[in-house]
Formats: sequence, structure tokens, C-alpha cells
Amino acid sequence: METKKKVQPIEDRSESFFSGIIDDIPPESLSSLIVIGIKTRGEYLGKRLVERISERTGKDVTFGTIDITLYRDDFENRKNWPQLRRTSIPDDVQGKNIILVDDVLYTGRTVRAAINSIMDYGRPASVKLAVLVDRGGRELPVQPDYAGINIETLDDEMVNVYLEEVDGREEIEITRKDAV
Amino acid sequence: MPFDKKHILGLGELSAEEIKIILDTAESMKEISTRDVKKVPTLKGRTVVNLFFEPSTRTRSSFEIAEKRLSADVLNFSASQSSVVKGESLVDTARNFEAMGASIMVIRHGMSGAPFVLAREIGASVINAGDGSHEHPSQALIDIFTIREKKGRIEGLNVLIVGDILNSRVARSNIFGLRKLGANVRIAGPATIVPEYFRDMGAEIFYSLEHAIENVDVVIMLRIQSERKTLEYFPSLREYSGLYGLTREKLSLAKEDVIVMHPGPINRGVELTSEIADDPGAVILEQVANGIAVRMAMIYLVALGESL
Repeated sequence: METKKKVQPIEDRSESFFSGIIDDIPPESLSSLIVIGIKTRGEYLGKRLVERISERTGKDVTFGTIDITLYRDDFENRKNWPQLRRTSIPDDVQGKNIILVDDVLYTGRTVRAAINSIMDYGRPASVKLAVLVDRGGRELPVQPDYAGINIETLDDEMVNVYLEEVDGREEIEITRKDAV
Repeated sequence: MPFDKKHILGLGELSAEEIKIILDTAESMKEISTRDVKKVPTLKGRTVVNLFFEPSTRTRSSFEIAEKRLSADVLNFSASQSSVVKGESLVDTARNFEAMGASIMVIRHGMSGAPFVLAREIGASVINAGDGSHEHPSQALIDIFTIREKKGRIEGLNVLIVGDILNSRVARSNIFGLRKLGANVRIAGPATIVPEYFRDMGAEIFYSLEHAIENVDVVIMLRIQSERKTLEYFPSLREYSGLYGLTREKLSLAKEDVIVMHPGPINRGVELTSEIADDPGAVILEQVANGIAVRMAMIYLVALGESL
């Protein structure tokens, strides 16, 4: 097994990603906005989005995180499930406008699980999806409202986003496992 | 490190690391009970059987709620109204449920070791909900979870367990778990029910509650189990509660922020006074609430460890 690796910097593309989202938020709806990051990397991107919103508008927006593990649809793969982390949505989601943030959008199954999870907390007015990287390859009818970077990938490639807060570097890494 | 145990039979069988994974998972599970919809779809389509060969209301209800919050289908079996009366063996009973598609069995049995026999003989995952006077892992995990939540740690704490240590599966499981996580464990009670061999498990033995309670962070009061003939080990209940019942006066010898726990049901006026049972330092009802989260974690983790 040989692994090929391509690395691509994120640079300031995450900043234009955030400002694109903020431009799209009507100022009057800031008070009903909740940003929810999908653990793990989505949590850090969500936090950055909340910071940028506060810098630009002076308003503090509610921030929450979700762990979708308990909503996964691949019980047969459970040996690879990660250690459960805590979901924390500090505010009532009923009637709120939610922006769901994740690092990479691929099959759409994580987003499906995240939406189901949010619905168990109440009925939001709307849910929008923001992803830093859209790598294609959808298996469910899920499309992002905001995507920072679009990458063409193959099924046997893995796309990982590394962020300063957790990984100490800002990079998108595409690895491919070639059978020898 | 992932949790790869297929069964949870006792804290004697688990490593400190595995115990910590259960506690951390329970922390995540606890949040589910605060939601509007107190349910996650994780075990949808999976069947759990509660095999109770001894009467139990709170443990069985707590397991049942935990199973339902994980969306499992739940079957309840109690020995009094069943095939046991017709002479069927434990393993045959379990095999029947397995044939019906049950993949997890929660068992309480009067014989020490019964869950181990089951785990060996059947394919389903087994959780011990109390076996004879051997172990009661879910109750001890609840106690340890509650202590960790209140004190922020287990290591280095002084924990005192008072009462019928000899016949108590809760005490055994707690001693195993607390020692593995680095707590100092003291046990106290009349010499007839506080046997010497508990020293080998790492517990410090006291026959005077006043001495034992000095400087402790946590007191766990065990129930006097009249149905297990505990009463034969000392002259009278009145004498017992005079010497080993917890009063405000005795409690004042412990640390100022001491917490008082009891696995329930409480005999008010015997193990502790009503004044203490209703005191804010008593976390008895929090133990009950935490019970659901801890049992959800146990069921979830054995479901993940269940053989493919």
C-alpha cells in the first residue's frame, strides 16, 4: 500500500468564506441566529465564524456544538466509531435560524445526522449549511449554502482539513491509497 | 483507546481506562435527558432483554428508561411469572430470547457468577445488573460518576463505605472501581459484616464510625438488607443504627464539603436520619438521575463491542 499525498494551504480562503456568509445574514436576523459546529473541526470553524460576526457587527451570536455519533447510519461500522463527545446547544432552537458548520462535505450523511439531531431539540425556522471544503461525492440530496473551496476528488481519496486550534497548522490534505 | 468489551460483568474485570471511557460516555449521555425529545436513534431495531431473577424496581426501571432513550426495543422478563417456575434453566431461558433476536441481555440474579455463565454460553452481550453478593457494576459506576461530577476527580479522595460490606455487591464493585481510579477506600461496620479479607482489596477497615469518618470526602451508606438476613449479624436494628447510623453529629467529623450517598431504597432512621437524607449534601436523588446516563453508556458501549 502506497500513500500519495497532496497538500494545499487554506490561507485566506477561510476569511472570504466567512465574509461571504456574513454578507448574506440580514442584520435583523442576527438575534435569532445560532451557529452550530459539527465536532471536531466544524466546532473550531463555527467558533471562528461567531468571532468574525462579532467583529463585523458588534453582536454576539449564540454558538453550539453537536456530536453526531449517536445519529450515525452505519452501525455495521461501529468498530470505527469515535469516543462520544458532548453535544451542547445552549439556546432553544425553536423558531431560530441555524447555520450548521463543518469542515468537509462529502457523502452528506454527517449533515443528515446533524439535521436529525437538531430536530430533536425543536423546530428551527431554517437550517443553512456552511462547509469550508466541498469535495463532491454526495450520496444524499444535500447541498451547501456556502462552500469556501471546491475540490474535485476521487472516491478512494481522503480529504482532511487541519486547523491551527487543534492541529497547529492550516492545511487541506488530500491522500490517496493506491493498491500495489 | 477504544472500548472493546462485549460484556460488562463487573468492575473487577475492567481496567481504569475502560472505567473512564464509561464515565466519559455517560457524561455525553446525560445531556440527552435534558432535551425536549429525550431519545436518540442509535439502537433502533436492536432488542434488549432485562432478565430479572430477583425483584427490583429501581434498577430495572432505570435500565428500561436507558434502553428506550437509545431507541432499543425492550423486553422485560421477571422470574416470578415465567418459565423458571416451569423448571427452565437460566441458559435455556436466555437462548430463547436470543432466538427471538435479542442482542443484549441485562441480568440480575441471586447467584454470584450467573452473568458470567450467561456470557460464556450465549452469543449476546451481557450486562450484570447485580449477581448475588458479588458485583453490581452499574450502581458502582453511578456512585463513581456522581463523585467525579461533585468533586471533579476520584484520585486521592477519601471514600467511606458503611454497613453490610459482607453481603453487599454494591460495596465490592465500588471498592474495585474506586481503588482502580486511585481513591482511598475505608469500610466501617460491625465486625461480623466487615470481614478482614477486604483488606486484600485495598480497603482500610474500621469498627468505629466516628474514627472512620474523620476527614472523608464521600460517605456511601449501604442499605441494611433485611431480605438478605443481614439482621442475623448484629443484636438489633436499634443497636446498629445507634452505632453505625449516620447523624449530623457524626457527619460533622468528615470534611466540610462531604457528600452523602446511598444506593436506595433508604431505611430512614436506620442507615441515616431523615435530616441527612434531605440535606443538600446528600446526593441520593442525583444518583438516581445519573443512573440513566450511566446505564445508557453501558448499553451503548457493549452494543459497539458486540461481535459483528
